[in-house]
Amino acid sequence: MITIIDYGMGNLGSIQNMLKKIDSACRISSNIDEIEDATKLILPGVGSYAQAMFNLNELGLIPVIKKKVDSQTPLLGICLGMQLLSTHSEEGNADGLDIIPGEVIKFDLPDSYKVPHMGWNLIHYKEKCRLFNGFEELEEVRYYFVHSYHFSLKNMEHQIATANYGKEFTCGVQKDNVYGVQFHPEKSHTFGMHLLENFSKI
Amino acid sequence: MLRTRVIPVLLLRNKGLVKTTQFDKSRYIGDPINAVKLFNDKEVDELIFLDIDASKQQLKPDFEYIKSIASECFMPLGYGGGITTMEDISLLFSIGVEKVIINSSALNNLHLIKEAANTFGNQSIVVAVDVNKNLFGKYQIFSHAKIKHKQTDLLEYVKKAQDAGAGEIFINSVENDGMMQGYDLKLIQRLSKELTVPMVISGGAGKLHHLKEAVEAGASAVAAGSLFIYHGPHKAVLINYPGYQELKNIFN
Repeated sequence: MITIIDYGMGNLGSIQNMLKKIDSACRISSNIDEIEDATKLILPGVGSYAQAMFNLNELGLIPVIKKKVDSQTPLLGICLGMQLLSTHSEEGNADGLDIIPGEVIKFDLPDSYKVPHMGWNLIHYKEKCRLFNGFEELEEVRYYFVHSYHFSLKNMEHQIATANYGKEFTCGVQKDNVYGVQFHPEKSHTFGMHLLENFSKI
Repeated sequence: MLRTRVIPVLLLRNKGLVKTTQFDKSRYIGDPINAVKLFNDKEVDELIFLDIDASKQQLKPDFEYIKSIASECFMPLGYGGGITTMEDISLLFSIGVEKVIINSSALNNLHLIKEAANTFGNQSIVVAVDVNKNLFGKYQIFSHAKIKHKQTDLLEYVKKAQDAGAGEIFINSVENDGMMQGYDLKLIQRLSKELTVPMVISGGAGKLHHLKEAVEAGASAVAAGSLFIYHGPHKAVLINYPGYQELKNIFN
């Protein structure tokens, strides 16, 4: 069963709703044993990086997440959940889970670009990535974004998707069975359902 | 490049959908959940629900009902109405709302905005302001819930809201609401110049070209009620929304 990790940082309901819609069994949990038991994990998140790491730490969830990652359980980080996979973030000067090397940095753009980057944007994706399986049949693949910070990868081979907002930035990451997307599949109707369906089949 | 968001705004009253004209004369439109399903099929960019009675009657958001709306929303959902505490905000996020829209409570308590932005990230906190004009034609803040407040200057207030941590400012023009004659472009120009966060304008759209005018005047996103609810000169209720290519053509 897919377990959505609950650590008090938003949008769990919408992810669960979309998984239900695509008939994928899931539960929301902050229980270490249940997370340990999961066949797949989703690390969601809306809010501030430092607060998120604080919550994960308080709940004692960091070791179990790392253990699951080490044992190759597929994990999908969404939005802030993707950013937490990094080494460190400028936002609150906090250390992350350090699963995919890199730094989360604030958008540094000309004044004409409002931050947060909020809205629908086209993405470019690596066709070989399993998350985007069958996507060649979709036109203008686009997702809903809401964020002020983005993942700056140390190692570009971990990049699976990019988007453009004033400059090109990484919006999808992968290392082994750990995936992360900056956008919100659960709020991106058809495109989100395709992506979550692919994840559920990994 | 980011495409301009085009957002249907739906007004809630007693678990029903209504549409107002100049914040008055509310007309029953139909069942909100049915409307959400239709908007899902039309793949709308985002949806906003505003409970127009909650703050006025000092009621809490109807969490159970909002949850049933959210469970059908496969697009970003903003909710406003009756939000007064951090607990309200936290609960709304947990049931699948993406953005909370705060109007009345922010007028006297920008601290709530600050605290919420710090905890949940500023991208999820929207401050809404209803704007009308005084006798001399000067823009002023209108409190639909008749909240007594000391915010005398609109420009100053939206900037304070932004500084407090609002990730988006939602401006609703009272005079233009439901009139379908176009947005208040002067208002957009005046405010968008001063803001660094996105500004969403609402009130007045009656034709698709109005959306483009608003964006050219400086709006980051455009919201509308009547445009997506009514059809034809007699305002027959018909949920509608332009297709992706059509929207692309409008803004290109």
